[in-house]
Amino acid sequence: MLARTADNLYWFARYVERADHVARIIEATSRLAALPRAYGGATSEWESALISSGVIERFNKTGREINEANAIAFLVVDTENPSSIHSCMEAARRNARAVRTALTIETWEAVNAAWLELLRYERERAKGRGLERDDLGRFLALVKKMALDVDGSAYRMMLRSEAFYFMRLGHFVERADNTARLLDVKYHVLLPDNEAVGGSLDYFQWSAILRAVSANTAYHWVYRESVKPWLVADLLILRAEMPRSLTACYENIVRWLDLLARDYGRQGKAQRHAHAMLAKLQAADLKIIFQNGLHEFIEGFIADNDRLDIVMAEQYLVH
Amino acid sequence: MGADAAPREVYARLARWLQDTPPEVLASRRAQAELLFRRIGITFAVYGDKDAAERLIPFDIIPRLFARSEWSRLEQGLFQRVKALNMFLTDVYGKQEILAAGIVPRDLVLRNPGYRPEMAGFRAPHDVWVHIAGIDVIRVDDQDFYVLEDNARTPSGVSYMLENREAMLRLFPDLFMDHRVAPVDDYPDRLLTSLRSVAPHSAPSEPTVAVLTPGQYNSAYYEHSFLADKLGVELVEGSDLFVHDNIVFMRTTTGPKRVDVIYRRIDDEFLDPLAFKPDSVLGVPGLLAAYQAGNVTLANAVGTGVSDDKAIYTYMPEIIRFYTGEEPILKNVPTWRCREDEALAYVLDHLPELVVKEVNGSGGYGMLVGPHASKNAIAEFRAKLKHDPSNFIAQPTLSLSTCPVSVESGVAPRHVDLRPFVLSGANGMVSLTPGGLTRVAMKEGSLVVNSSQGGGTKDTWVIDDA
Repeated sequence: MLARTADNLYWFARYVERADHVARIIEATSRLAALPRAYGGATSEWESALISSGVIERFNKTGREINEANAIAFLVVDTENPSSIHSCMEAARRNARAVRTALTIETWEAVNAAWLELLRYERERAKGRGLERDDLGRFLALVKKMALDVDGSAYRMMLRSEAFYFMRLGHFVERADNTARLLDVKYHVLLPDNEAVGGSLDYFQWSAILRAVSANTAYHWVYRESVKPWLVADLLILRAEMPRSLTACYENIVRWLDLLARDYGRQGKAQRHAHAMLAKLQAADLKIIFQNGLHEFIEGFIADNDRLDIVMAEQYLVH
Repeated sequence: MGADAAPREVYARLARWLQDTPPEVLASRRAQAELLFRRIGITFAVYGDKDAAERLIPFDIIPRLFARSEWSRLEQGLFQRVKALNMFLTDVYGKQEILAAGIVPRDLVLRNPGYRPEMAGFRAPHDVWVHIAGIDVIRVDDQDFYVLEDNARTPSGVSYMLENREAMLRLFPDLFMDHRVAPVDDYPDRLLTSLRSVAPHSAPSEPTVAVLTPGQYNSAYYEHSFLADKLGVELVEGSDLFVHDNIVFMRTTTGPKRVDVIYRRIDDEFLDPLAFKPDSVLGVPGLLAAYQAGNVTLANAVGTGVSDDKAIYTYMPEIIRFYTGEEPILKNVPTWRCREDEALAYVLDHLPELVVKEVNGSGGYGMLVGPHASKNAIAEFRAKLKHDPSNFIAQPTLSLSTCPVSVESGVAPRHVDLRPFVLSGANGMVSLTPGGLTRVAMKEGSLVVNSSQGGGTKDTWVIDDA
């Protein structure tokens, strides 16, 4: 396979996953920001959303005030923001077009239809009918559905070969990054000493994290108790059965990298790096993570994950 | 709105929004809401109506609002009332002090169909009987709440509180930003915490909780599955459980697993064929013995029906005073007990203006709404009353408050009531989620809000005072 094709597939999957993540962050933030002050609403939720989407510095350069309207505009339609939903979908579509024949018809249609919908949404938005929030809700639901359709159509129909493996790798490298950033922006409410006796007002912060990754029900099935901050961290970092946890992402990354290595007959730096990361996660102990600092742990993880992206590119994508 | 039809202050922003929103937007939101509920599958079955096996409860998209200050008062009143209900049950199955004091007639308790002689002398784990109470309240003016009835057996409707909110969050994000509505989505967590707290003393430190349902043909099955899912516990039917050596187990893929707390949504009579109805296939043989041996907690406890029937209801003010030494914060609707001769005579003379209810009826079945009843219906009820007066109570038709409701022709007032859900756990832990099930009579002028009689629901918002 052409290195360029692999690169397109990898980034196609990353951008689809990122668009889904940004949509989820906006949904969870809107909900949190609408709560009464006593429940933690209206504090700095939009700033958190910008941080966990990894775009706060870029936003600050615009000199705009951080508020709901500005943050949403930046996260959804702003073409200056390379991680806005608009930019993600444009990039996803561009990458998909470049490898149109490597994708199933359904996968292409899912992306293309969502792109057309995005353009329609932006036209409506520009008219300013005063229904921005309602339209936004529907549009975000559509972005999430696109991610489901892309995933599902690839999973059900694609030949299990290098094209599929590169897409999966893009999907999980991006997902690991997203989960880590989501945790990092909220790490201060996840520290164990944060739980006040008799329930805490941070409760809605914790459940917003779970909601952002559709894990409220999963949480209760795994732990069978009310939402505790350190268990939220446990679920999203260490639990292999939680499909967005860092461990689950790395189990997948290792799996797809190993299949590539098998097909190509050669293990390389990427495989060694991914195996080392998985081993570290599997040996990790939540108590020790908290002792050494949750924030430091996540920062380290994000850097390691970026490193994987680089060595993978060196090994397969750019020659 | 109050009875004088002037919108209260708390509604000011909503009223403006209703004025500014084009009718076609409201209509399209109504259609969306219906689609949403269909897709989620929030349906209920109406007994005796086989065409409507899976019907949607009509959902009204205009929320009902409470200011936080109003809500706090209601909360105090509910806590007081539920505390008294639990103490009453501990007493009537224990020392029976309230009977000895002559506050409530002995017969009314001991011969009550809701009274379970099997439970005499039993102490419910942690002295909690009514773990989940649904207290139906109405308001007739700005000041006062009246309790219509206490539901202390297996009150349902909490899934509507939660799903209505989810639907509203999707349909009207703008309204939420404007109103800062107190969230309700921690209810399942509160319930789980509460249920775990009342595990028997013999249970392990991580007690196992399960929801017991009669099965998918029950009218409230959606709610049972919804709650089990949100709680993260197994939804079991009677046949999934068995009792060995007075310990309850569920059959799992990895063998029997002990169950410590059962949130049961099956009536007392069907719980255990060995103790109650022998032909019940819904229950678990030996469950009552396991319960009495203190090896499992049933929520709600067995025998709570004695505290929520309509005859006992009329004594609630006295019951509250007796146990708490306080004046009741929530009022009772004035009620004539037809078992008393004077009251019966009055009721027979005033049937066209009264609401007459069967003492043990529920769901709006077997009641007469005088002002809306035909002459024949009234005559029929008169005969029933004379035949068995102690089976009935009567109440005035109150000038119930109304709420704005979205109807075909726009927005119109309809009568509403409210069922908030009060949780009781160990060590006096009580909890009320700021919200509840607002039921609304969808027909103009109607006072009947029961879903089995065509009533609908709407979301209930507690918002900060203006």
